[in-house]
Amino acid sequence: MEVHQHPEKKHYIVTDETRCKGCGLCIEFCPKNCLGFSDVLNEKGWRVSKMHRMKDCIKCYMCERMCPDFAIFVDESDVPKKK
Amino acid sequence: MAAKDLEIDTSTLVKKPKKTLQHTHDNLLRKIAIPTIYCPGCGIGTTINAFLEAITKYTIVPHDNILVVSGIGCSGRASGYVNLDGFHALHGRAIPFASGVEIARPKMKPVIISGDGDLFSIGLGHLAHAARRNIDMTVICVNNAIYGLTGGQDAPTTPVGAKSRTTPYGKISFPFNLSHVAIANGATFCARYTVYEFIQLAKAIGRGMTHQGFSFIEVISNCHVNFGRRNNLGDSIAMRKMFKKVRVPMKEEDIGLDIRKTDIKYEVGKGFTRIPTGIFLNERDKPEEFSERIIDAYEFNK
Ligand SMILES: Cc1ncc(C[n+]2csc(CCOP(=O)(O)OP(=O)(O)O)c2C)c(N)n1
Ligand code: SF4
Ligand code: SF4
Ligand code: SF4
Ligand SMILES: [Mg+2]
Repeated sequence: MEVHQHPEKKHYIVTDETRCKGCGLCIEFCPKNCLGFSDVLNEKGWRVSKMHRMKDCIKCYMCERMCPDFAIFVDESDVPKKK
Repeated sequence: MAAKDLEIDTSTLVKKPKKTLQHTHDNLLRKIAIPTIYCPGCGIGTTINAFLEAITKYTIVPHDNILVVSGIGCSGRASGYVNLDGFHALHGRAIPFASGVEIARPKMKPVIISGDGDLFSIGLGHLAHAARRNIDMTVICVNNAIYGLTGGQDAPTTPVGAKSRTTPYGKISFPFNLSHVAIANGATFCARYTVYEFIQLAKAIGRGMTHQGFSFIEVISNCHVNFGRRNNLGDSIAMRKMFKKVRVPMKEEDIGLDIRKTDIKYEVGKGFTRIPTGIFLNERDKPEEFSERIIDAYEFNK
């Protein structure tokens, strides 16, 4: 699991390298081009998805929705609640 | 884009998160079976994801009342990945099993997740009669236009001209329009979406499950390994971009009685050129669903 937190918006994007199969759908469909491939392979030999530029993330959920393998997700548990 | 932008920014990395973070639907997954056996990028995973999204957000049916049944095929393995009651039935026999459960326990809400080959070749008779009887169930049919699991034989949905293992010179017979078949046989709710339209798909599944009666949801999915590869449609990314480009949103009013307007068009060499999507039918003054009718008949004769 690799966790990135947005410095202002405070949400997390988590990539799970044990589930990822490196299909690249999240990377391709991220509207802000935040994601990329990793340099290292996971234990099954896939080049997995990795967060490259978290500061650009707009919390659109596109990566989570495109992923067929539940390997990337957005977590909003630490996002401050609007009053 | 400037080269600087493409550098990897590690400043946002959280080395030791304070709590364990998990996927929104992790509690609904059988984690022991994950990762799935699907090829990288397969649309069936996205369909399962949309189904889980639907049952958490877009329907009121309690999780304890949901029963996931599937037949044989890559899509048929879906029941094994979700942490709900379920059954992996014989090839084509998901609907008879679900019908039995629905009739014995009308409170249960069977959801059938299965493939085009499973539901529309060997299982077509069962689907037609379940739709005719308006049995209260939701059928999610993953239409990838091929028999994926067995190695890419042509399915009743394979378009004219498309190559498959059993049609090496291009298919010559005409494909089914699955939504058309379901509506013609009496389905009272019918929708079609591609895997690219995730939220619409999840909402349609939710509405279908809330609907009392036979609801049919067709998911246009990418089997880039057995269909895309033989027809030069590229990988999963290319196929989903194609879906994004060629989908045509349609409403019930646009279609009217001319359900032929929802036909999927395919051109050899180009791939799909037109995929109408949307909610095709939502019968509000619908006929009673089957288990209610059984109860009524029983009370009447008592
Ligand atoms: C009685 C019987 N006949 C044939 C088969 C072989 N078989 C297994 S899966 C399948 C077709 C699956 O196609 P589909 O439902 O489209 O699933 P997909 O893999 O495309 O998701 C067939 C013919 C079988 N398992 N059982
Ligand atoms: S949430 Fe949206 S912007 Fe952020 S990484 Fe995912 S796809 Fe990209
Ligand atoms: S979509 Fe999922 S499986 Fe594919 S590369 Fe991204 S995280 Fe990995
Ligand atoms: S063979 Fe096709 S349908 Fe089956 S897992 Fe692979 S891509 Fe998906
Ligand atoms: Mg199929």
